[in-house]
Amino acid sequence: MTNLTKEETQALIAEVLEIYPEKAKKDRAKHLTVNDQSVEQSKKCITSNRKSLPGVMTIRGCAYAGSKGVVWGPIKDMIHISHGPVGCGQYSRAGRRNYYVGTTGINTFGTMNFTSDFQEKDIVFGGDKKLAKLIGEIETLFPLAKGISVQSECPIGLIGDDIEAVSKKASKELNKPVVPVRCEGFRGVSQSLGHHIANDAVRDWVLSNRDGDNSFQTTPYDVSIIGDYNIGGDAWSSRTLLEEMGLRVVAQWSGDGTLAEMELTPKVKLNLLHCYRSMNYISRHMEEKYGIPWVEYNFFGPTKIAESLRKIASYFDDTIKAGAERVIERYKAEYEAVIAKYKPRLQGKRVMLYIGGLRPRHVIGAYEDLGMEVVGTGYEFAHNDDYDRTIKEMGNATLIYDDVTGYEFEEFVKKIKPDLIGSGIKEKYIFQKMGIPFRQMHSWDYSGPYHGYDGFAIFARDMDMTLNNPCWGKMKAPWIKDEAAPAIAAAA
Amino acid sequence: MPNVMIRRKPDGKLQFYVAKQDMEETVATIEKDTAEEWGGAIELTDGSKWYIDPISPPPVFPTTLRFKRG
Repeated sequence: MTNLTKEETQALIAEVLEIYPEKAKKDRAKHLTVNDQSVEQSKKCITSNRKSLPGVMTIRGCAYAGSKGVVWGPIKDMIHISHGPVGCGQYSRAGRRNYYVGTTGINTFGTMNFTSDFQEKDIVFGGDKKLAKLIGEIETLFPLAKGISVQSECPIGLIGDDIEAVSKKASKELNKPVVPVRCEGFRGVSQSLGHHIANDAVRDWVLSNRDGDNSFQTTPYDVSIIGDYNIGGDAWSSRTLLEEMGLRVVAQWSGDGTLAEMELTPKVKLNLLHCYRSMNYISRHMEEKYGIPWVEYNFFGPTKIAESLRKIASYFDDTIKAGAERVIERYKAEYEAVIAKYKPRLQGKRVMLYIGGLRPRHVIGAYEDLGMEVVGTGYEFAHNDDYDRTIKEMGNATLIYDDVTGYEFEEFVKKIKPDLIGSGIKEKYIFQKMGIPFRQMHSWDYSGPYHGYDGFAIFARDMDMTLNNPCWGKMKAPWIKDEAAPAIAAAA
Repeated sequence: MPNVMIRRKPDGKLQFYVAKQDMEETVATIEKDTAEEWGGAIELTDGSKWYIDPISPPPVFPTTLRFKRG
């Protein structure tokens, strides 16, 4: 199917919205748009960060997911207590594949689940005593934990527990940071507020811990990687590139990160911000308080990597600038071979994305390097500043959808017929049953890393592996009735 | 009266960021921008107008200031 014109895409949106009642149609229409690169401000064409209305199938998460799952969870040498009922922590445990080095249960705790396991009596009588006891037990069982964070689940806010008081007291007793995080799931419209709350907790309880302590030896080339969660090792494949060009990576936020790294971040010269959505708050704070500039970068696909390396180098002197060129030159043969191998197999294929955070715009460059085209993209929980950045990346007349509902996404796919869909686990099996190649782009479908030049080779291989798999032509969606089938059944 | 973070963009222009509204705009004109004072009526590239009582001496950017709609 050829690409749609602007009018056709608009007609498609209208057609898909037709099924809704008047009020829902009006509301949803604001979240769907046809991309127009001439639009300067996304607020003129798309509404985002609004509450999903009951009755539509949304795939958003909650504030607890944003704080414990995304920002705090990957900090490996802290213990993150899921304070509240047992399920929130257990069902989100270790699913995000943020890799780390260390011995789990001894000095790192990334894949473990710590919970206060609220029962009825804790709701009735309050859970503060239980929390204090739990922190004491943690100290006995895991003395090498560098700190503790208390991630509130919904009931904590509802019953009005004073986790701050418990945390302050425990922090004094243990002589370790104990961070209360007010990330109750009901706050805000999506996980996005959880990121913000988590950032604010870092700002209030961690970041200033080493102010006035100058024992850390700094260099003029200190940087930190902000907003890289090391999914499948992403931060590592980014870090090697930065180190090769002569920079010193002091901290990784928060994939494979430690509490000490976070405390040292105010000493760096430049913050490198990968996931703008989840960590721009803390970057802006550090810019204001410590005067550390921040720069957004994109390590998906060789074009964007080269662009980003040069952009990062422009903040430093000539040695780093030369270093950036050297790195680009060094990997040139490698990524050109990847493109030569996979581009002929992937050329012209069309992709639809629906993910969160930074990927709906960041991976576009990587697909384009492989000769593929992104025909539709959307965010689960973006704000307008994300769409401002997306409009320039996407082609004209492509589809943009915010907080798309299950029904809309399916209908768009049926009409646009993309060759590949990149979205989450909740969409995966629907589209696979429809016979459409699908990659789970939240945790790279159990593969990765995808960042950096090393990651690009894996990205290209994975896309080829999925798209050119012979199984897609051999299957039929179970809900499509075979016309021949009744005849055979009758004959038998 | 939103809190606005003013920062200098890499191209040297001032950026007007309102966190609550996720608004990132570039400052187009400033009424008073001298060595002694900074502020007054401010117009952004999107055409909206804002006002702040002139600050003396000029603030060091990045900083957060309270603006009124002008």
